[in-house]
Amino acid sequence: MVEQVAQMIVHGEAWTVKDLFVLPNEYVYWSIQIVMYPYMTGLVAGAFVLSSLYHVFGVEKLKAIARYALVFSFALLPVAMMPLMLHLSQPFRGIHVLMTPHFTSAISAFGIVFMTYACIVAVEIWFVYRKFIVESIHRLEKLQNRNVLENLLLPFYKLISLGCMDISEKALQADHKAVKIMAGIGIPVACFLHGYAGFIFGSVKANALWMTPLMPVIFICSAVVSGIALCIVSYYIFMEMRKWAAKRGKNWLLPDAMAHGNATMRVEELRSVQEHEVKISSKYLIIFMTLAITLEMLDMIFRGYTAVKSWDALRMVIYEHDFMKIFVYQYGLGNFLPFLMLLWPGLTTRRAVIASILVLFGVFMMRWNVVIGGQAFSLTFAGFMEYHLPIIPHNLETFKEGLGGMLAVIFTPFIIFYFLNMIFPAFMTDDESH
Amino acid sequence: MKRREFLKSTAVFVAGASISVSALDFIDPKEILAANPDLRWGFLVDTHKCVGCGFCVKACKIENDIPYDANVTRTWVERYVIKKDGDVVMDSPKGARDGYTSKLLDQNHSGMLQVPDEEIAQAFFVPKLCNHCATPACVQVCPVGATYQAADGVVLIDRTWCIGCGYCIMGCPYGVRFFHPVEHVADKCTFCYHRISKGGNTACAQACPNGARRIGNLKDPNDPVTVALMTQRVGVLRDEYGTKPQVFYLGLNKEVR
Amino acid sequence: MKNHVWRPLFVVIAIVIGILLFRAFYVPSDFGAQERGYTFGYHRLSNEQEWKDYPAKYKGNDYCNECHDDKIEELESAHHATIPCENCHGAAFDHPDDPEKLVIDRSRGLCIRCHSELIMPSSDRNDIPGIDPAEHNQGEECSECHNPHNPSLEDM
Repeated sequence: MVEQVAQMIVHGEAWTVKDLFVLPNEYVYWSIQIVMYPYMTGLVAGAFVLSSLYHVFGVEKLKAIARYALVFSFALLPVAMMPLMLHLSQPFRGIHVLMTPHFTSAISAFGIVFMTYACIVAVEIWFVYRKFIVESIHRLEKLQNRNVLENLLLPFYKLISLGCMDISEKALQADHKAVKIMAGIGIPVACFLHGYAGFIFGSVKANALWMTPLMPVIFICSAVVSGIALCIVSYYIFMEMRKWAAKRGKNWLLPDAMAHGNATMRVEELRSVQEHEVKISSKYLIIFMTLAITLEMLDMIFRGYTAVKSWDALRMVIYEHDFMKIFVYQYGLGNFLPFLMLLWPGLTTRRAVIASILVLFGVFMMRWNVVIGGQAFSLTFAGFMEYHLPIIPHNLETFKEGLGGMLAVIFTPFIIFYFLNMIFPAFMTDDESH
Repeated sequence: MKRREFLKSTAVFVAGASISVSALDFIDPKEILAANPDLRWGFLVDTHKCVGCGFCVKACKIENDIPYDANVTRTWVERYVIKKDGDVVMDSPKGARDGYTSKLLDQNHSGMLQVPDEEIAQAFFVPKLCNHCATPACVQVCPVGATYQAADGVVLIDRTWCIGCGYCIMGCPYGVRFFHPVEHVADKCTFCYHRISKGGNTACAQACPNGARRIGNLKDPNDPVTVALMTQRVGVLRDEYGTKPQVFYLGLNKEVR
Repeated sequence: MKNHVWRPLFVVIAIVIGILLFRAFYVPSDFGAQERGYTFGYHRLSNEQEWKDYPAKYKGNDYCNECHDDKIEELESAHHATIPCENCHGAAFDHPDDPEKLVIDRSRGLCIRCHSELIMPSSDRNDIPGIDPAEHNQGEECSECHNPHNPSLEDM
């Protein structure tokens, strides 16, 4: 007989504990990376929607955070794809989704929708930063002795200027209009990008917990919630870091200053901008949170009320196996507590930020409870599966689909953002923005 | 259209339709099949005849190079023990690769359970395999066209094209799919396509000492499987998912999941 | 510098054309919607033949009969005639070339697949003579007393 023991790994066996009657091939096949995937996609979509509130609907108060949210959304984009690549058993074949898309599958849309969305965000950034790009080219060209970074930036700026150096009033007007159009197209595409992530789950008829037409809508709402929350939290953290760094002249923490040498920002100004933006954003956070919670509750009540065949198994999962994760972590800590914190009169920046952190945690738990919770019961409804997140990796698989892979996905956007900030300074406060 | 004309044409239509409907009643199903002599593979499982020896599982694993000790399998046998108080206890240790040799029922994390002999109302085995559904949910959800249904109804997976996303595994209501431990792509029963397309039998059906498993051409009215389907009461698994499974069971009852 | 706003669009179009060109070169020519349509039959056609060419390991009693017709004849009247040869003797593969000799499974584990006594009303398992493996001559191989081809002790 052929010896095949060498690299034999049953995908899912390492982290699945079966109880009672579970079919032999059933494992938690979709694990942490599939939790991360809608979470990261949601952050991308949410951050973009926040930026569009200013660009499309002209919410002037969000001007500063809008630009930041746009660049941050672009930094998050490649990371939305990362969990999928880490999850695929054949990551090098990921391109097949673009090569032979099978459109009856929700996943097949990923390649095309994702590319479309990436193009829209890139184009919008191009229009927003066009004036800055042209000015930077002029500034860098005039420089006598450029350092390494500036030598790299100049040809790059020349490339992305697409040979267009016109910054006349008329051209800028056209840019302004284009930004508005791109942001306008971007909102439905962002919602589609994330709604279809919900559809991936909602359309699995074999899974009793996932199968609901509400799934895409719930996903969109929670996406906007988590996106805004992340923008608030990260904006606050970055601003604090910048204040701290500006005071002490630690330029390595200010990538834009490193690249463009004009980080002469005043600490008081930063503080007022930060407070203002955070508070306004949190108002929008409350609106979308209300919507998200209402829909999730509706879904839960409906399932209990109609109580079809699968309800016995679902009830066991919801009220017993996952009670802590659903009612304490997701709804308690992740929804109601921040909800109260945001509504309590006299909102301070710090309280808004802490509430946003809780919201981020709550949305993460919601993704967890959907993805892992949906696999917590057997297709037979007579057995259960428990997922144990691999913490210490003992092979590539337990790293990719374990704590290591999860942390890699969480930290990569910040690394990308750091370098992206050198090219497109997200915290520019002068009035050249549109 | 004038009213009279309308009534007239309606009358003609209704009369015509009733004639054609009544005409259909007299056609023997065998004649319909005979007029359509192509190929559609189907499978018949007789749960009475299954004795739980697990030779089918063993043969399948060896025939199809599914690593013998890996806890995944293309076919498996389940044991159902229905107690006199109505409780149902089920198990399928290692997919019944080594047969059922013990009265203890494997409840996984909850350990072993023994149902006292006198409490058993009925007990039986149910072999499971891919249903090669007429409208396979797994194929519908494949994002790249790596899994597909051939013209003869067999659902296959292109091992060179599968990206390993696992969506088909999630989409299958029967849990027949898994990741191949060596190929690292989705895998499942092929009805032993290499054997049946050369006129042979599936490895599981061939290994069965009692004839509990049979493959047949559902479009051949003289095929023993087709004859059994047309003359006996058969059931399918989880038809509520609308997948139209093509593995039929004799002696199926409501406890079977 | 008129219409600079269209420049990003040209870049996007170039990317799309690039992907389409790559696709034409990358995707096998026989990939497409086959008989079962786009929903159920979208695949690389030649894969069907690849599955048909998969090597078989179990060859069936007829294959055994080509050389071992004496054994098969002897077995025909016995109780165990319904059990295919390869269940106990192992899959034939390319025997007698490779492997030259098949390894016979004589373990107790093989016999108790059917003959461990279980209470299985409504299953044919109930009609098979069964023993309790923990009590019935523990530690000994069944074939020491029973002829595997015709195991009934009365017939011996």
